Amino acid sequence: MLKIDNIQKTFNVGTVNEVKALENISIEVEESSWVCVLGTNGSGKSTILNAIAGSFPIDEGTITLNGVDITKWSENNRAKYIGRVFQNPFSGTAPGMSIQENLALALKRGKRRGLGWGLPSSLIADLKKIVAPLNMGLEERLDSPIGKLSGGQRQALTVLMATAVKPQLLLLDEHTAALDPKTAAKVIELTQQIVNRDKLTTLMVTHSMQQAVSLGDRIIMMHHGKVAYDFKGEEKKRLKVNDLLSLFDEIRRKDMIDPAVAKLLQEYYV
Amino acid sequence: MSLLIGSITIGLILALLALGIFISFRIFNFPDMTAEGSFTCGAATGASLIVAGMNPLLACLIAFIVGMLAGATTGVIHTHFKINPLLAGILVMTALYSVNLHIMGKSNMPLLNETTVFSWIERFSSSVSGPDAVSNLLGWEVNTRNLWVLLFCVLSVAAFSFILFWFFRTNIGTAMRATGNNDQMIRALGVNTKVMIIIGTALSNGFVALAGALLAQYQGFADVQMGIGMMVWGLASVIIGEAIINDNSLGAVILGAVIGSVLFRLLVAIALRWGLNPNDLKIITALFVFVALILPTLMSNRKPTYKRKVNA
Repeated sequence: MLKIDNIQKTFNVGTVNEVKALENISIEVEESSWVCVLGTNGSGKSTILNAIAGSFPIDEGTITLNGVDITKWSENNRAKYIGRVFQNPFSGTAPGMSIQENLALALKRGKRRGLGWGLPSSLIADLKKIVAPLNMGLEERLDSPIGKLSGGQRQALTVLMATAVKPQLLLLDEHTAALDPKTAAKVIELTQQIVNRDKLTTLMVTHSMQQAVSLGDRIIMMHHGKVAYDFKGEEKKRLKVNDLLSLFDEIRRKDMIDPAVAKLLQEYYV
Repeated sequence: MSLLIGSITIGLILALLALGIFISFRIFNFPDMTAEGSFTCGAATGASLIVAGMNPLLACLIAFIVGMLAGATTGVIHTHFKINPLLAGILVMTALYSVNLHIMGKSNMPLLNETTVFSWIERFSSSVSGPDAVSNLLGWEVNTRNLWVLLFCVLSVAAFSFILFWFFRTNIGTAMRATGNNDQMIRALGVNTKVMIIIGTALSNGFVALAGALLAQYQGFADVQMGIGMMVWGLASVIIGEAIINDNSLGAVILGAVIGSVLFRLLVAIALRWGLNPNDLKIITALFVFVALILPTLMSNRKPTYKRKVNA
């Protein structure tokens, strides 16, 4: 389904701030699989999502989606196949436009946009059906600007918009990290409903180990631009939050040893 | 009274400029300085073609297209070469100065004895109601010809406003508004924002150039300097319109830009009548826009008290 083959990305090449964000990463994701991507800060977990979405060109490697090589495609062309929800609840919606206009835009994802009426009255009933399951009363105020809604409501709408046209791949970039716990739980529940209903292939970056353990069928842990661990199937089902925590500790300890050992060696031999 | 009608007529012609500025400034959040060059460019193109004997309406259409080309150039410089919008506009505006001189072949081109849109209306007026006919408008004696000119301007501005309103409600127009509102979001929905911005700047400068072509015909000459300060002028109109209409819906904002343009022209006419030195016009305009820009902040500081009253 999604095949990432040996991709590399280095930011700020040739400067003091050079960062190897992705180092020879290869991941293959099966159809209808839900992968949770965990990792420390700066491990490259969001970078890999953005690389797949096409926010920047990658240096090496190929990205193949359903047998189509999309490595050289622009971000907007990839959007034909990829639905995205961002970490910032304000990134996924146009605040100055109404709820109905935002939804109508989402229903045209990846389709030709011509001189047809953007918001035909026949569409309103469909839009009401789309937002009704949210139980937020939005179906009664479809014409109010999205900027007036709360972050949680906007993020819930972004999830609906990303999946309004069934995407081949859904990318969720810590989409509940900026929400309060109660709202986050609601948005996760909505995401779960939609992903299960449409059997979407999903890649979700998250900070929450609870989410990683309870959602999806695979966990990828990243560290320093590489895949550190990859758990699938039964192994993933057995995984508990504590197991993940101890893995993180292990990674951190390894990190600490390296500079310490280097210093020790230096003291001995120089 | 004839001063009033003349001011409204010019205000309506410049409403097309205001609509152009509205597209770049409000829809795309793109402070587009190209307008200063494309306004003159429209005037120069229109005037030269009319002097060469072309049908004035066709000359206006070509002026519109030339303006679109200028705007598209700015759009491409900004989107494909990643140059700051303001600088991209200034580059094209500066280049257009030479282009405009080449188009006209001189710095000023008179149109007094040429067939323009307005000389057509004049001929139409004298054939309908005789030459130098005078009409009674609310007790004032007005030259009938000027009323026909005013009617023509009202109708054309109404038509162009409606076209814009329609366009920005279509699928592509909605995507363009979203581009100005949140480009990350609309890219994730599969829209090529670069193309949207280029179409937007093209459309904006098409309107600006059309305003230039019409104004040249109305005042009877095109001048290479006539674009100076036009961006601020258009901006002033848009801001006045927003302040008066106080509604963010698309139709209201478009209507506001038109009303703002007419009102601003009237204010200027009154100020000049009261003895304002024409040399001071630009500084007054700039000051006016400055005040208008900071006014919303001052107003919003007042809003909480108003809201509390409503809730109580």
